[in-house]
Amino acid sequence: MHGSNSTSSPVSRLVAESLTGHLSRRDVMRRGAALGLSAPVIGMILSMQQRGALAQDATPAGASGNSIVVPEGLRTDLAGSRVRAVLSEASSPDRAWLEEAMSLFTEATGIETEFIPGETQATDRLAIYNQQLGAQSPDNDVFQIDVIWPGIMAQHAVDLNATLSELAALHFPAIVENNTVNGALVGMPWFTDAGLLYYRTDLLEKYGFEAAPETWDELEEMAKTIQDGESPDNASFRGFVWQGNAYEGLTCNGLEWQYSNGGGRIIEPDGTITINNPQAIASFDRARGWVGTISPEDVTTYNEPSSLNAFAPGNAAFMRNWPYAYSVTQAADSPLVGKVGVAQLPMGDDEGSTHAATLGGWQLMVSKYSQNQDAAIEFVKYMCSPELEKAFTIDRSHSPTISAVYDDPEVIEKQEFLSRLKPVFEGGAVARPSTVTSDLYNSVSIAYFTRLNQVLTGQADGASAVAQIEADLQDIMADLGY
Amino acid sequence: MAVTLFAAGNAMSQQVVSAPAVLPPKPGRSVDIPQSGWMKARERLAWYLVAPTIVVVVLVALYPLFQSFRLSFTNARFGSPRPEQYVGFTNYIRLLSDDVFLKALQHTVVFTIASVVIETVLGIVIALIINSNFSGRGIIRTSMLIPWAIPTVVSSQLWRFMYNQDNGVINDLLVNRLRILDSPVAWIANAGTSLPAIIAVDVWKTTPFMALLLLAGLQIIPGDVYEAATVDGASKWQQFWQITLPLLRPALLVALIFRTLDAFRVFDVVFVMKGAALDTITLAIYARQTMIDEQFLGRGAAASVVIFFCIAILVIIYSRLVRVEEV
Repeated sequence: MHGSNSTSSPVSRLVAESLTGHLSRRDVMRRGAALGLSAPVIGMILSMQQRGALAQDATPAGASGNSIVVPEGLRTDLAGSRVRAVLSEASSPDRAWLEEAMSLFTEATGIETEFIPGETQATDRLAIYNQQLGAQSPDNDVFQIDVIWPGIMAQHAVDLNATLSELAALHFPAIVENNTVNGALVGMPWFTDAGLLYYRTDLLEKYGFEAAPETWDELEEMAKTIQDGESPDNASFRGFVWQGNAYEGLTCNGLEWQYSNGGGRIIEPDGTITINNPQAIASFDRARGWVGTISPEDVTTYNEPSSLNAFAPGNAAFMRNWPYAYSVTQAADSPLVGKVGVAQLPMGDDEGSTHAATLGGWQLMVSKYSQNQDAAIEFVKYMCSPELEKAFTIDRSHSPTISAVYDDPEVIEKQEFLSRLKPVFEGGAVARPSTVTSDLYNSVSIAYFTRLNQVLTGQADGASAVAQIEADLQDIMADLGY
Repeated sequence: MAVTLFAAGNAMSQQVVSAPAVLPPKPGRSVDIPQSGWMKARERLAWYLVAPTIVVVVLVALYPLFQSFRLSFTNARFGSPRPEQYVGFTNYIRLLSDDVFLKALQHTVVFTIASVVIETVLGIVIALIINSNFSGRGIIRTSMLIPWAIPTVVSSQLWRFMYNQDNGVINDLLVNRLRILDSPVAWIANAGTSLPAIIAVDVWKTTPFMALLLLAGLQIIPGDVYEAATVDGASKWQQFWQITLPLLRPALLVALIFRTLDAFRVFDVVFVMKGAALDTITLAIYARQTMIDEQFLGRGAAASVVIFFCIAILVIIYSRLVRVEEV
């Protein structure tokens, strides 16, 4: 602030000099003109730099670099109506892509579209949606909703089965089933997510392991061996990092532990509460055993970014995370380029064990209070079409919800990592019990992750936690009339 | 709102015009003739002037408070168009049988007592030190306020890193440099240390605020009182207990009220460091989780009403203390 004249900007120097009377009027004119003329030049240079940066970022195909192909057969009789869609958050790297897709839609159909940014945090976004839709606001027509919200949103949604059942048949049946509440298709699947096991291929090789662990026992053994070997050189090194904080992410982790051990899905799709079973208890106690041994004690406060913070600099052998983590570990400046493998999460050894991955991802919903429902449905049909999902996968590396897109040669070539995830999404993805619990899912999840976090921090054992969750869930399901 | 303001402004201008016409009564007589036209007009003016404030207070404080009370007796759900029904005391009964709520209440009380007591003691010590004359006093006084100036969300995140088990500076200090501990402790993750660790952050953050309020109290104590005491042969220790502390009492009470009410509503520091984990959950976090995440507007409102009554009781206790002081 108090810098000398030599370091201050030309403008402030001009002002300072004119204030102290050191400047004649002619001087002001001359220097002012020089400033005025140079400003556009600086602006031009800046904008050129910016354009250069954008060009580097994008893939080289097409004018915008995106590979969007407009599907055939869109309705043109709705021209002039207007669709407002709440999609990604304002600062999302997907925004430019989405806006281009929307303008291509307008070109093809004559339906005006408007991009409405949503909240960044999912819980905040849900609160805003609840407020708008609870007041039956017709302001927005299309909403991007989380995979656990169909039960909450069903009361506000148009049933897409009536118009888009052909399109729904192309998408993964497990997700379509998740989005179906009392026979009504609340949202069309758009892109998906699932829990994955990340591992260090170089370290597995160094300690003589040939492949990713198949079972939790194998993972424990490998993690311990690698941690014991690495920690003399790196005191922060840990075998296995995951998400143990008391939040939705722990529900995702816990569901994977118990389901992979034959411990059911907390509440089954028919409304039966199955959480209190020996396999679920065993899986909780097993995870408790990781804390402070192969996982840091801090893991009970970890979310996705904090586990990635441990794994990405090379301080962990294994990590449970979502698909987005892969591109972070393979960024140009990452120390792990070419050293990261991805596998299905391990399974237990109790009866009924199987590989499991909690289902995540986003759907598009049409609001019941929209005054342009036909146009909004047409927009959803367009965004969730195989053509657009393919382009979204290639350009923005999201995992599509249409099986055929994974087999597309162009997708395999450009997104080799994603194309290999098809079996995870097709076979092992487990939905959280959000559809059956309707608008009380959050209470279910809170009861579950709060008690599970208590087990992980040693305040309760698996058996008593599971009994407590069961009691909480019985109250909740009684409210729902089960 | 706009109408009220306009009316008030109108009345004021009329008043200004008519005032010089009436002779101001002699002091003392106004009490005898309260019904005089001049007094009535004056009283009316006072009401006009206060009216905007009353309207604002009713709109932003009383109305929401009334709504919270009303909602706490219903089964209203956030974001649900289904009609709400009155359910009597069901929400309150459910709260009292909910171990999460009882834990939240317990943590809030422990947090409030521990943080306020430590902050007060440290605040007095720091205020006394800063009140004495030494060179560089201005710089110390300013730099002391830095923890208070950093937004709580930022400083909580900062402390979260510092408490980290593997690469936090606190474990490094205690284990590697001072060798007080044998092995690093997961301060935040460990259920036994998490609440004390969070209290320490609050103490770090708010002690400067406490010290500054108390410093203001110290500076109005006249120096000649101490001179007289010294002449009478009172020791420094006696001077502190007999002079400083009693004269500091009004400032101390104000500071205590501020801090206690603040501490009882604690949300940000706990939420950033631990989320809604059961070993540190507070009443404010419980109320938010119930109301927003679970959408139980009625039950969340009941929790808010409990917070309100706890704070009301504290205020009554403190204001009694102030009154005793005045007598």
